[in-house]
Amino acid sequence: MTTTITPGLRRTPSPAQTLRNTLTMAYRGLLTIKRTPEQFLDVVAQPILFTILFTFLFGGAIAGDTTSYLTFLIPGILVQSIITAAVATGAGLREDMNSGVFDRFHTLPIARIAPLAGALLIDTLRYTITAITTFLAGLALGYRPDGGLSAMVGAALLVIGCAWALSWVFAFLGIISRTPEALQGIATFVLYPLTLLSGAFVPIDTMPDWLQTAAHLNPLTYLVSAARELLNTGVIGTDFVLSILAAMAIVIVFAPLSVRAYKRNT
Amino acid sequence: MQAHQLTKTFGDHRAVDGLDLDIRAGSIYGLLGPNGSGKTTTVRMLATLSAPDSGSARIFGHDVVADAHLVRQLIAVTGQYASVDERLSATENLVIFARLLGLTRAAARRRAAELLEEFDLTEAAGRALSTFSGGMRRRLDLAASLIVRPPLIFLDEPTTGLDPRNRTRMWAIIRRLVEQGSTVLLTTQYLEEADQLADRIMVIEQGRAIADDTPDQLKASVGRSVLILRPQDRAALDGVRQRAEALLGTRATISPEAGRVSVPLADPGTVTDLLNDLRRNGLRLSELSVQKPTLDEVFLTLTGHAAEPHDRTAHTTTQDSTP
Repeated sequence: MTTTITPGLRRTPSPAQTLRNTLTMAYRGLLTIKRTPEQFLDVVAQPILFTILFTFLFGGAIAGDTTSYLTFLIPGILVQSIITAAVATGAGLREDMNSGVFDRFHTLPIARIAPLAGALLIDTLRYTITAITTFLAGLALGYRPDGGLSAMVGAALLVIGCAWALSWVFAFLGIISRTPEALQGIATFVLYPLTLLSGAFVPIDTMPDWLQTAAHLNPLTYLVSAARELLNTGVIGTDFVLSILAAMAIVIVFAPLSVRAYKRNT
Repeated sequence: MQAHQLTKTFGDHRAVDGLDLDIRAGSIYGLLGPNGSGKTTTVRMLATLSAPDSGSARIFGHDVVADAHLVRQLIAVTGQYASVDERLSATENLVIFARLLGLTRAAARRRAAELLEEFDLTEAAGRALSTFSGGMRRRLDLAASLIVRPPLIFLDEPTTGLDPRNRTRMWAIIRRLVEQGSTVLLTTQYLEEADQLADRIMVIEQGRAIADDTPDQLKASVGRSVLILRPQDRAALDGVRQRAEALLGTRATISPEAGRVSVPLADPGTVTDLLNDLRRNGLRLSELSVQKPTLDEVFLTLTGHAAEPHDRTAHTTTQDSTP
């Protein structure tokens, strides 16, 4: 091919540019949150609401009193809230792709991956806020984890990391589904049973055998147990390692799938 | 910019079918065609938004598929699809696009302010886009394309849906772009727009080029304006037609439902004779107008369907229903 490169033009974006573009896209995400704060409500309001509701609703029945139930519940709420927030990655991505602005991005000489990478970056921030809110709600109600502050940071990081991995799944679903609503529907359908079956709110050993089997096949179960173990005893156990392995497996499978679907569909 | 045998198929529908384009730098090239004729698909391929199924295109010597990232540094696209972020303000949109294009924070702010000023949007700078009028939206869309002056600008139907005042305003902006050295590829459904702006026009229908010429040549090939006569009495329709044919020497047609006669105008000077003649014969008119050739006529002439329904309103319907 006899292509001559006009001076000053690049054939591909440099890694520095990719990073810069990603940060700009994340900045755009921040501006969007500022403009439509109600979008952010679920991230903040949901953990508070569920913590209060479940504590007083189930506390007495399951653990005898609310304070001992908090020890059980907070790790569960942490996982539930952040995983729910991960759905927004896919929904937001689909909404963007359906709007005109995405095509504009693709006519600009920017790293093609930047819109996706920026969205994932901003989601990490959302997860962090959810984690902090959950802990604050728990602490306000009398939750005092034995693991202390370092365990709370560790558990938050673990759950954020796993949610980030899971957001690749939702990103993929977002790219292949036609509307944000469709994705939301699928996600609710999948996540509800998964969270309820993870031992986030009720101990698994009270379930019938067949349900216990299902619970042990559920990856979220390991994540909830790992967070619970770390928070309440300060120990990083097998479940912690298993959760991280599962998260890595998800990223290894879904990141390339998402990127490929994304490049094909945009 | 050159394209060779550009083709794009959706299912069994050939949206663009072997298009050859050759656009000279510094000119405005008009791509003229009705809805669904393949204009947007063509622009999307040239603007690296979708890959052609076959054929190739080069922009300033760079292949749009193999060197997409390079091409993107040379183009800007404005169209219904490549627009702005609805959820952000005008300033925020421009700043983000400027940052993506590599401007520093300060430079991005400065450039956004300049563009808003230039496009008369300063007052609306911080407002939600949902409060923008159609004209304001288009101006912002265009402003977002001009953050760095790209040498080639694609404008996909920049004035569709705009009122005449905003349309004229947009035309002035487009002319200024070319004066400043950019090349413009414009798509439009309006012959008048292509005529006003373009140095060269390609007429496309069902993904195929049916003409590629200067506006003057094109209009000359389409021919004439059409004289529309509406007699006061419908019973006089046929009489009017006969007199018109006799005096103007072209074949007139009657549209009974509209109660009017259309007759191609070869020589405008002969209209006086016809009017005098009609009065002498007691054929009184309630309305008289001259219609300039429209896109419909261009198509009818170029595609050779001209012998089909002669009623002008029928032409319009026929064209609209063309997939």
